[in-house]
Amino acid sequence: MKKVGLFIPCYIDTIYPNVAEATYKLLTDLGFDVEYPLDQSCCGQPFLNSGYEDEAKSLAKKFIDLFSKYEYIVAPSASCVSTIKNRYKDLIDDDRVSKIEKSIFEICEFLHDEVRLESIDVSFPYRVGFHQSCHGLRELNLGVSSELSKPYYSKARSLLELVKDIKIVDLKRADECCGFGGTFSIKEPEISIQMGKDRIEDHLSSNAEYIVGYDSSCLMHMQGIIDHDKLKIKTAHIVEILSGMIK
Amino acid sequence: MNHQKISKEFLKDKEYASWHDKALWYVREKRDQATKVLGEYEDLREEAKRIKEHTIEHLGYYLEEFEKNATKNGIKIHYAKDSYEHNKIAYQIIKDANAKKVVKSKSMLTEECGLNHYLENLGIEVIDTDLGERIVQLRGEAPTHIVLPAIHLKKEQIAKLFEEKLGAKKGKSDPKYLTNLARESLREKFLEADVAMTGVNFAISQSGSIVVCTNEGNADLGVSLAKVHIASMGIEKVIPTISDLGVFTRLLARSATGQAITTYTSHFNAPQKGKEFHIIIVDNGRSKIIKDKTHKNSLHCIRCGACLNTCPIYRRSGGKSYSYTIPGPIGSILANTKDNKNQADLAFASTLCGSCTDVCPVKIDIHSQLLSFRKEYISSHESWYKKIFYKLLYKILSNQRLYTIFLKLYYHLYPLIKYIGWGEGRDIPKPAKKSFKEIYRSRYEK
Repeated sequence: MKKVGLFIPCYIDTIYPNVAEATYKLLTDLGFDVEYPLDQSCCGQPFLNSGYEDEAKSLAKKFIDLFSKYEYIVAPSASCVSTIKNRYKDLIDDDRVSKIEKSIFEICEFLHDEVRLESIDVSFPYRVGFHQSCHGLRELNLGVSSELSKPYYSKARSLLELVKDIKIVDLKRADECCGFGGTFSIKEPEISIQMGKDRIEDHLSSNAEYIVGYDSSCLMHMQGIIDHDKLKIKTAHIVEILSGMIK
Repeated sequence: MNHQKISKEFLKDKEYASWHDKALWYVREKRDQATKVLGEYEDLREEAKRIKEHTIEHLGYYLEEFEKNATKNGIKIHYAKDSYEHNKIAYQIIKDANAKKVVKSKSMLTEECGLNHYLENLGIEVIDTDLGERIVQLRGEAPTHIVLPAIHLKKEQIAKLFEEKLGAKKGKSDPKYLTNLARESLREKFLEADVAMTGVNFAISQSGSIVVCTNEGNADLGVSLAKVHIASMGIEKVIPTISDLGVFTRLLARSATGQAITTYTSHFNAPQKGKEFHIIIVDNGRSKIIKDKTHKNSLHCIRCGACLNTCPIYRRSGGKSYSYTIPGPIGSILANTKDNKNQADLAFASTLCGSCTDVCPVKIDIHSQLLSFRKEYISSHESWYKKIFYKLLYKILSNQRLYTIFLKLYYHLYPLIKYIGWGEGRDIPKPAKKSFKEIYRSRYEK
């Protein structure tokens, strides 16, 4: 049984434990020996993106100490994974970074590339707008962004397509940013919220009942706007659907 | 004023802000169509990057080569270390030609140097001949986009401006009518001008010639009619050979406006018979950027504007919100490489979505560069209470016991998040009753 170190980013632990649980369930159901190191907290991204490099460095070191022993590290958050995979090497000088870059996976990437999931026995009979969070799309290459002239693929979308009875709707702007951007959401809340509104509107006008994505942070931001404006649409993390936790 | 404050104002007129976003998104979509019909577009980007890297690495050599060949062609080369020197040289050339009237085709460098203002103070009339630039000049504004200088204006606003300045008929906002009117008034200016100034898109070292890309032919008309041509270029505009040019002309217009090529790709090789041709090569901080490993490749920029069109922030805040000659993501980098950092906050005018990086025809890692400026911002600009907030957050996240206590408190205190600037119009995320750690301990721990 292959061992997986489960990384649950701090805000998912606090706000979306159901997403963490769905990830845990998905991986154990697939036969992995999932270990969740209880001493974990934050990968350092909020600090790095806000310019607090020393704090980010220290959290990165803690992360490496805790996770470098695993053959696989899996997390349900693309932007945290991207921080670890793409930014740690410039942040800290540690031999273990290059090992971690290879062993860490965003959950969809893991299911698609390592597990090579080809079928899944869940049904989700709803119209779904698929939100491609930027860091997963453009930094982890979970898909091909609309800017590039490369053959199209999307790892997360192809997983969603395995779900029975799902209807994935077409959006006008396939991969525009939702405006969260972590520190951006509080530095420039007006644009951040406007971007979120525009994104949600695209889903609404495509008749989506759910906005589904692989990054809870984007979904959290959009859900905040949906709640505030009392809009008729819901958000869900892709693992909640793949694990059958919401039906 | 900083970016956030100006953007907030910009977004108050919802209809206008949405129009601005859609107008630029339309250009981005045209760009997508024009780039995707080429099978080799990604190879072209890679090749352009390679050429730029090579040239910047050997910039001294290529500049000397360019100077040597241009001089052979009869062009007079001048070097300016900063904007002041550039303006002084330009004025001297104008003065020596006993000229009073200058027509200028689009040049972001002369905007960077504040040339119009400088010359006007010395009694020289400077007329911008690019339609968009002429419009903003008549309004006494700066361009809000590097390719589409008047993109912030609706045709009705332009009709009103032309009514006041060019005697247009009241309430007539037909674009064709307005364009013709501008054209007529500009025609007179072209005929009167003694000196024509242009920018430079590419300077070819091998041939000692320059290339100017326009859609209106205004550079050609100006240069053909005036007795003196002054072209201003940054040191980074040089490329080695004429075959390298082919790579860039295929990328430039596709990225900028979704055209296969600009209507005019004008090669200026030598002065016309009996006329003068000067090129001013300007540093103005660029050699400092070359020495900066992280930001060196920002000098690869060919000023196509694609990163502006794609930027969801730029589209929703407008060019003025950047308070810098070059707005948008690339402008935020260039502003931050200046010594005088009035626009340090621009490093945060990005969600780091990376669309700019993916759209850039010369593959500048734009969003990563923006991130790199944030550390500096903290040490010089961050307020004390934000510093305390982050230090406190760090303490909590790096200590499990504190984190556990914090979670209990957070469940009750989360509404306080609004005080860190969560903004109006978005509810604050509510923490779950039990964190995953608690759930895991009670349900799954082995």
